[in-house]
Amino acid sequence: MSAERGGGGEGDGSLERLRRDGRIVIVGASLAGLRAAETLREQGFTGSLTLIGDEPEPPYDRPPLSKQVLLGTVDADRTTLPRRRAIGARWRLGTAATGLDLAARRVRLAGGEEVPYDRLLIATGVRARPWPHPAEADLDGVFTLRTGRDAARLRRRLAAGPRRVLVIGGGFMGSEIASACRELGLPVTVVERGPAPLVGALGGVIGQVAAELQRAHGVDLRCSVMVTGLEGDAAGRLRRAHLSDGTALEVDLAVVALGAVRNTEWLAGSGLGAGPRGVACDAGCRAFDVRGLVTDDVFVAGDVARTPHPLFGYQFLSLEHWGNAVAQAEVAAHNMVSPGPDRRPHLWIPAFWSAQFGVNIKSVGVPTMGEELLIAQGSLAERSFTGVYGYQGRVIAAVTFDQTNWLDFYRRQIETAAPFPPVCRTVDRRPDGLRPVPADFPDPSLPTHGPTVTLSGYSPTDRRIVFTPARG
Amino acid sequence: MTHGTFLRKITDYAHRADPYPLYAELRKTPVLRDDIGPYLVSTYWEIHGLLHDPRLSSDPRNLDPEAAGLVVAEEEDDPSLPPSFLRLDPPEHDRLRRMAMYPFGPPHTPRRIHDMRGELARIVTGLVDGFEGRDQIDLVDDFAYPFPVTVICRLLGVPRADEPLFHAWADTIVSSADPDPDADAAERRGAVRRARTELAMYMSELIEERRRAPGEDMLSSLVHGDGPDGRMAHSELVSTAALLLIAGHETTVNLITNGMLTLLRHPDVLKRLHDDPRLAVPLVEEVLRYEPPVQLLPQRTPLTDIDIAGVTIPKGASVWLILASGNRDPRRFPDPDRFDPDRRDNQHLGFGSGIHICFGAPLARLEAQLALAELARRLENPRLLEDPPPYRRNAVLRGPRHLPIGFDGVRAGREP
Ligand SMILES: Cc1cc2nc3c(=O)[nH]c(=O)nc-3n(C[C@H](O)[C@H](O)[C@H](O)COP(=O)(O)OP(=O)(O)OC[C@H]3O[C@@H](n4cnc5c(N)ncnc54)[C@H](O)[C@@H]3O)c2cc1C
Ligand code: HEM
Repeated sequence: MSAERGGGGEGDGSLERLRRDGRIVIVGASLAGLRAAETLREQGFTGSLTLIGDEPEPPYDRPPLSKQVLLGTVDADRTTLPRRRAIGARWRLGTAATGLDLAARRVRLAGGEEVPYDRLLIATGVRARPWPHPAEADLDGVFTLRTGRDAARLRRRLAAGPRRVLVIGGGFMGSEIASACRELGLPVTVVERGPAPLVGALGGVIGQVAAELQRAHGVDLRCSVMVTGLEGDAAGRLRRAHLSDGTALEVDLAVVALGAVRNTEWLAGSGLGAGPRGVACDAGCRAFDVRGLVTDDVFVAGDVARTPHPLFGYQFLSLEHWGNAVAQAEVAAHNMVSPGPDRRPHLWIPAFWSAQFGVNIKSVGVPTMGEELLIAQGSLAERSFTGVYGYQGRVIAAVTFDQTNWLDFYRRQIETAAPFPPVCRTVDRRPDGLRPVPADFPDPSLPTHGPTVTLSGYSPTDRRIVFTPARG
Repeated sequence: MTHGTFLRKITDYAHRADPYPLYAELRKTPVLRDDIGPYLVSTYWEIHGLLHDPRLSSDPRNLDPEAAGLVVAEEEDDPSLPPSFLRLDPPEHDRLRRMAMYPFGPPHTPRRIHDMRGELARIVTGLVDGFEGRDQIDLVDDFAYPFPVTVICRLLGVPRADEPLFHAWADTIVSSADPDPDADAAERRGAVRRARTELAMYMSELIEERRRAPGEDMLSSLVHGDGPDGRMAHSELVSTAALLLIAGHETTVNLITNGMLTLLRHPDVLKRLHDDPRLAVPLVEEVLRYEPPVQLLPQRTPLTDIDIAGVTIPKGASVWLILASGNRDPRRFPDPDRFDPDRRDNQHLGFGSGIHICFGAPLARLEAQLALAELARRLENPRLLEDPPPYRRNAVLRGPRHLPIGFDGVRAGREP
């Protein structure tokens, strides 16, 4: 069967047919793909369900890969995602999708096979941005971290006791890797192009705290410096890194943590609004085509998606957040098999967590929009605080270091566009919290090492954007 | 019916056995100003929101007697026993709780509770062995009380033989948490003060002893502790130890008793637990939702006016968070009056939420799981001899005073 193009067609029973014996194809068999599949079944979809994923493993969880897996407390092959329910799907694992024919509604697979669909979900996520110099990237001892296999290989090398680990990029991922290295007792150098770690995601004030945290844990932290080259020995093993300040480091292990690249190449030429910034979709997770028109049979969820959000000026947001992938997958799945009036918008408030150097960092909202920062509770010096970001007189984001419990409150402040600076009296208000300071984000036109939230303007397609890969 | 009667009805003993219809009535007004003074908050999301709201204080010194109307008998300005972290706000709360957590749980002592499992199982087995040859017990006096008391004594390093002493103090102090507006406040305050002073002196001596001769217990670790936050001052040690002793003493007894009572009222679930002790884990969560031992938190106050659910709670007012009512809120829990151990997403308020969430929860959970599983496994054909059973007076820490149970026999215990 085939639901009418334009999909809604609710009055004529086509939606009922779709729900009963339609064909739904999900490309990207990871967190978003799996949760969407489960939600489809939960919503009563009984048709055929195909999951296409280029990784050979069944869906697994990534956050532990830079934490417990590197420490060796959890094996890389033990982070398989728990299943919420049986999904009765056809799994095409180890198979990449290589193309999409929107008009004929077919996904092309590597090898040439074509899979027809009535509804398609794109959940291909992102991959680690590689070291820009291919020959250097190929040196033995140069790693990136995105997949379970990456983590297993890196773990083996860490366990073998390298002389020194070089982490290129001080974003969340780089900082977590450095933290794991220190916990393993390994000497580690972090090289960050910005003035401090985490500046791209949380700004300079918080970045300064992150810098002190790293140094207090014995990290050799070098900021405002870039890695300009990686040098191998005759056998092709990494032995040295060159920095922009003219110094060199003897290292046998380097982890490139320069952010992510969206997996959209397979959509090139398909006519979808897909590009380096992701696949644009509306709040109902329906993909835009290149003309900026919304499709009704192609949906998007997870790290690869970019969606306008009313709370953040309708700017398109890309979120590399676990919680977002789950929430967006659920909304997309619901909308795929629901009539127009029952569809829901994905209005998730961005929320992110990271564990590093014994501190539990969480954020809500979009810190990168913040102009000013107020330490509303606790103190920077104690590294236990709640920072609130203001944008044009309202609360736009919050970050906590070891103060997770208050985040709910600030999330509601963001949702209700509460005024900034917040005037209210709270527990644990310190002298720090009497007036806001500039949040001190680096110039947003500079590419960063990969904050996990990216604002990408107002155009759904953004084909014209010139992309500058971040360099170490 | 005037609203003023709500608070009185909650504390009225006549409603003790089944306060839930009262709460259902109360939830029609999520935040209700009682005529006597306090604001009663009865719906899940409002309670949850307030427990995570940094404008709400747990420190009674922020209460404004005028705005609060009724002030619960207070331990204010009691030099022998300064406020424990239960009644403090950050940063003092966080610092003391962190220091207390040091020898108790993660990240520094992640295995403490886990390592007590065998010992807890032995205590439970021993208590049930003691039922052999009988056909009737009082679950409270014969089991649900002695078990957690033995445990908290071992954990802290308090001599079990001193139990009659601190039992009397704990009872008196806990009764002061019962905000009965009709009780004779002056007389009660005097008794409470005496009990607090005596408990403080007792703890103080014990601490000195541990200072001289440390053991493996938690009190010794607290006395000699040397984490990043340093050591507790002597008076802080006394308050913390007293808090742990009382909290570990007057709550778990009700969880076990409420649990067994609920199981005996739901024989199908009791049978399932008998067949599969692993059911104890979700089952204890459901007991914490369905019959929470701590029914309400009567001691919060706003540091600034708070707008919530169409009501402005003024600074300094007394706020009561009725956890047991939030746990039965149909907007949060489908079919809330049904006891359903298979319930999904059971984020109940039984241990509170936010920064003051129960410190002892992992221990309390394990105790209740082991206790209920053992009772279900070993009692043959258990039945309630009195339903409803006689309840304690206390409206906050609610549970049966006695729970007479009859049975046909006791199955053999496991080999140790
Ligand atoms: C090491 C690490 C630590 C993290 N820690 C945190 C954290 O602490 N907190 C947090 O909030 N988030 C964290 N994240 C981010 C979080 O894991 C992601 O947000 C989440 O995985 C997104 O899920 P997804 O399904 O959208 O994308 P992905 O998990 O990237 O899955 C996409 C899948 O699609 C596959 N695919 C790509 N192209 C194709 C194709 N053409 N054909 C077929 N299959 C394809 C990919 O191989 C992949 O399996 C972390 C990520 C990593 C890597
Ligand atoms: C069934 C058993 C128990 C229940 C239902 C229970 C319930 C609660 C609740 C609701 C709170 C929150 C108080 C507030 O927010 O004001 C709390 C706090 C606390 N509980 Fe428990 N408790 C139990 C067992 C224990 C045990 C066994 C211990 C000790 C080992 C303990 C120690 C504490 C402490 C120290 C606090 C204060 C935490 C703080 O203020 O940060 N509790 N408990």
